[in-house]
Amino acid sequence: MDATSKILRDNLGRRTFKDRYFRGLVVFLSLITISPIVLIIYKLVEKGIRQISFDFIIQTPPDTFEAMTALANGELIPGGIANGITGTLMMVVLASVLAIPVGVITGIYLYENPGKPMANLTRNISDILQGVPSIVLGLIAYIWVVKPITNGFSALAGSVSLAIMMLPMIVRSTEETLKMIPQTIKEAALALGVPYYKVILKVLIPTGFSGLLTGILLGISRVLGETAPLMLTALGSTMINLDITKPTSAVPLLIWEFYNDPNMVDLIWSSSLFLMAMVLTLNLLSKRIAARTK
Amino acid sequence: MNENTIKIKDPVLSIGNLSVSYEKGKYAVKDVSVDIKRNAVTAIMGPSGCGKSTLLRAINRMHELYDNIETEGKLILNGKDITDMPTIQLRRMAGMVFQRPNPFPTMSIYDNVIAGFKLNGIRLKKKDRDDIVERSLRDVTLWDEVKDNLHRKGTFLSGGQQQRLCIARALAYDPEVILLDEPTSALDPVATARVEDLLVKLKENYSIIMVTHNMAQAARISDYSMFMYLGELVEYDKTKNMFTKPKDRRTEEYLTGKFG
Repeated sequence: MDATSKILRDNLGRRTFKDRYFRGLVVFLSLITISPIVLIIYKLVEKGIRQISFDFIIQTPPDTFEAMTALANGELIPGGIANGITGTLMMVVLASVLAIPVGVITGIYLYENPGKPMANLTRNISDILQGVPSIVLGLIAYIWVVKPITNGFSALAGSVSLAIMMLPMIVRSTEETLKMIPQTIKEAALALGVPYYKVILKVLIPTGFSGLLTGILLGISRVLGETAPLMLTALGSTMINLDITKPTSAVPLLIWEFYNDPNMVDLIWSSSLFLMAMVLTLNLLSKRIAARTK
Repeated sequence: MNENTIKIKDPVLSIGNLSVSYEKGKYAVKDVSVDIKRNAVTAIMGPSGCGKSTLLRAINRMHELYDNIETEGKLILNGKDITDMPTIQLRRMAGMVFQRPNPFPTMSIYDNVIAGFKLNGIRLKKKDRDDIVERSLRDVTLWDEVKDNLHRKGTFLSGGQQQRLCIARALAYDPEVILLDEPTSALDPVATARVEDLLVKLKENYSIIMVTHNMAQAARISDYSMFMYLGELVEYDKTKNMFTKPKDRRTEEYLTGKFG
């Protein structure tokens, strides 16, 4: 008894020290994790905010000469990224229209058939698809859409490559969301003599709706900033284009173009800030929705 | 039929040689034959894993949700052979209430009560709908508590109220038999007492079959009792008789708390 309590007492100081040391380490490493996002936002705001104005959203980019003149006079670069914003919105909406139905239905299939070989195969392939480099998806969309369908770079081709990127995320989040709905809710509906497809459409999907929405929003925010596949498909355009068979610009494409033009390099900060704000908004929105359902 | 089961005249439900296996040769319910009394509460008792829930679920075939189920036997509900009836039709005749209250979380109290009609796309006139909702909620003594909040979500109610709402949902179809799977096991004693009183009142108009883990509950509210053990129906009698002079030694041992 005495011996044990002595050992415990002797150890106490060392154990308390270890505990403090470990806590400090955890806090320190957490700070390292959050510091990039803080620094990124700080830098974007610092360098980009002065270019942000209403004109920035509704005007197309200046030509190099205008930008050069403005720079030489020490003025702000005129113009904006309206062609990129409309292009990004158009392509993301189109990609969602393509990816959401396929992704949600596949997710339901996986949920309904756990352990079946075909479902496992589908799930694994979907996971592999998530790992395919985005530039490869761009190449594939080039072969599938740019050459045979639109006979040239097009928003449609960009949407197809983005849709393929979104697909596995939607499939997974649909399956995970449905899995979280208690079995008892499904039983309740089946016990009322509701046919199976109606249980899925009228009970499971509405019950898991916010979960599905969260997954879709995260998928969208993921593809919003994609650049590589768009270079090979949508290409870019200096004007606002709303024809899905024509080359179209996008905010990330504009950032790349501004970067390559020494006179317009200042615009990369404001464009990035704008893109970042869109992605953050979607992320926060999906977090909100997810939290509300808990 | 085994010698420890009694015969019932004009039964609401007649189960004949029912066997259910989850795996080849392993029976959850083994050759059960029993007749269920009309307008009475029949309790199914037995230790965990004795097959009482499976027997109950075999009546509206909810047990088919599990994989590799094999079922043999015959079921007659009010003179109709329901053995091979489509489940969609069958389950409208046999309402079910589960262990945990499971109102639909996206629906209001009102919509929960008529969920069966709504989800099946059965169109009713507004007046008929209102009548069904009011009658069902009155039947479960919930009407006075919720009549001003019919369009609030069902999940805002307390556990006991939710369970009564689920019973109302089952009553909305005006079923021929109500199946309850340990309906009070997730409720507190006060809520349990209310549900028990309700079941006693409901038997005037409905026939009730209830699985219960709780012997005292079976003694309090059931008119007839079954005792199941390892998938077999050991004894079936008026509750009064079974609790006072059980015929089978296993029933006696279970009732006196020697196992289970």
